[in-house]
Amino acid sequence: MSHVLAIFKRELKNYFATPVAMIFIIIFLALTGVFTFYIGGFYERGQADLQPFFAYHPWLYLFLIPAISMRLWAEERKSGTIEMLMTLPLSISQAVLGKYLAAWCFTAIALALTFPIWITVNYLGDPDNAVIVASYIGSLLLAGAYLAVGSCISAITKNQVIAFVISVVICFGFILSGFHIVLDFFRAWAPQTIVTAISSLSFLTHFNAMEKGVIDLRDVIYFVSFIGCWLFANVILVELKKAD
Amino acid sequence: MEAMIDVIHLRKRFGIHNAVDDISFSVKQGEVLGFLGPNGAGKSTTMKMITGFLAPTEGTARVCGDDILQDPVKVKAAIGYLPEGAPAYGEMTPKSYLQFIAEIRGFRGTELNQRVNNAIEKVNLQGVIHQPIETLSKGFKRRVGLAQAILHDPPVLIMDEPTDGLDPNQKHEVRELIRAMAQNKAIVVSTHILEEVSAVCTRAIIIAQGKLLFDGTPDELAALSTLHNAVSVTLRGADANGIKSQLRSLPDVAKVNEISSENGSLCLQIIPRDGIPVIKEIGHLAKTNNWELDELHVETGYLDEVFRRITTESKAVSPKEILT
Repeated sequence: MSHVLAIFKRELKNYFATPVAMIFIIIFLALTGVFTFYIGGFYERGQADLQPFFAYHPWLYLFLIPAISMRLWAEERKSGTIEMLMTLPLSISQAVLGKYLAAWCFTAIALALTFPIWITVNYLGDPDNAVIVASYIGSLLLAGAYLAVGSCISAITKNQVIAFVISVVICFGFILSGFHIVLDFFRAWAPQTIVTAISSLSFLTHFNAMEKGVIDLRDVIYFVSFIGCWLFANVILVELKKAD
Repeated sequence: MEAMIDVIHLRKRFGIHNAVDDISFSVKQGEVLGFLGPNGAGKSTTMKMITGFLAPTEGTARVCGDDILQDPVKVKAAIGYLPEGAPAYGEMTPKSYLQFIAEIRGFRGTELNQRVNNAIEKVNLQGVIHQPIETLSKGFKRRVGLAQAILHDPPVLIMDEPTDGLDPNQKHEVRELIRAMAQNKAIVVSTHILEEVSAVCTRAIIIAQGKLLFDGTPDELAALSTLHNAVSVTLRGADANGIKSQLRSLPDVAKVNEISSENGSLCLQIIPRDGIPVIKEIGHLAKTNNWELDELHVETGYLDEVFRRITTESKAVSPKEILT
């Protein structure tokens, strides 16, 4: 555990040692603002909730999260520091977990900095704060799922751009699998169980429930096991590709 | 004494190509092993396997009694490793980088700071500890890598080309550092600079195309030179042919080469049969004949000549075979 903590601290500090953190947080906050107020019609709806704020998180994360995760392992492999890291007395899973948690913690910080919108909605009306808390938890789990994909993909290449593009495509697939258009395509020829399975893999299916304030254990299990699977694959990929 | 590093039939195959082909050797405490070989011979691959970065295709190694496959974390804790090119996180400062390494190595609090400061002092990093590593010169970067490797005072130190790309003063410093630590450690240093072997190593291993071709002391390596124990003589104003035939008539002399003869000064190189010392006989000959000697000395042999011969022939040579 102390090894995970050491990696975690170094990685998290690293975000703030470079302009990455500043740029990411500013862009994240600016875009959430744009989506909430202009596209989501926060004022026009005249409802005291943060639904227009959270509804666009899957799309925002689609591009912003892979930008964070792309460097996790690709940079390490490109610069050769992976040889340093992998010959220190720690296991690969500790390194993977430490890096992942640091990235997740960083997105949590960015998410926490959206608190003015929560203050705003409380100032303007009388929202159900329990729903908002549930939505925040859902959003954080969603970010964690994107990050797990990104971290895993980052281990397969030395090139950060490739890692970014592939991560975006895979995450996009996990969003799309909840859409009717995609499901209709499968419904035409596949048995119902497969269609249900595909739709239940979607981020949106599980995120939408939490966004409405329902924290269902099944949704939490979905996200946690999703993250677990991708990180497990991440460990294996690092083991296989570290010396290439 | 118990061997600290035991490499047992190590093999690494990349595709159909054997990068390391059945290599076995061991290193004891107090030994500095020079790992020689042309580029691409398998030096780095062997080191990467011992340090647990690469998994061997066959065979294994033991470090301080622990198997690299069964107990990788314990082995890694016992090793200080300087990878080729000394990679480090460029955006960190040497100080924060070393603190990170110390934390992973399990140090805390005052001991952590003490270890970091000790390592910084040992490699003379004091002036740059707050500059990002990526802004440092090559020499300083290498020192950061060295500091990181010796921070936990490991019983086994493995360094991949620690002096590559350094200026002569920096090379000297690194060698001094290695010599100073040699006593209570087992050290493996890879290099393709042969002078380094005679300067710091107590033992040398040569590998080429993944095969171990030589394992012995630097002196034994030098003894493999055809010029080993050859004698160079410079003498004045004498009958060159007479002298040459007299030298040739000595029982242990194989060949007499004329290097130069200018202004009445004759320079000869006398190569003995099987490296047998002949300086005494030559000295005796010079005395009885009253030769006017300017210079008389014994060659120890040229390492680069031996190195070239061993690595291009790719045939294993045993030092014992030659000495007997």
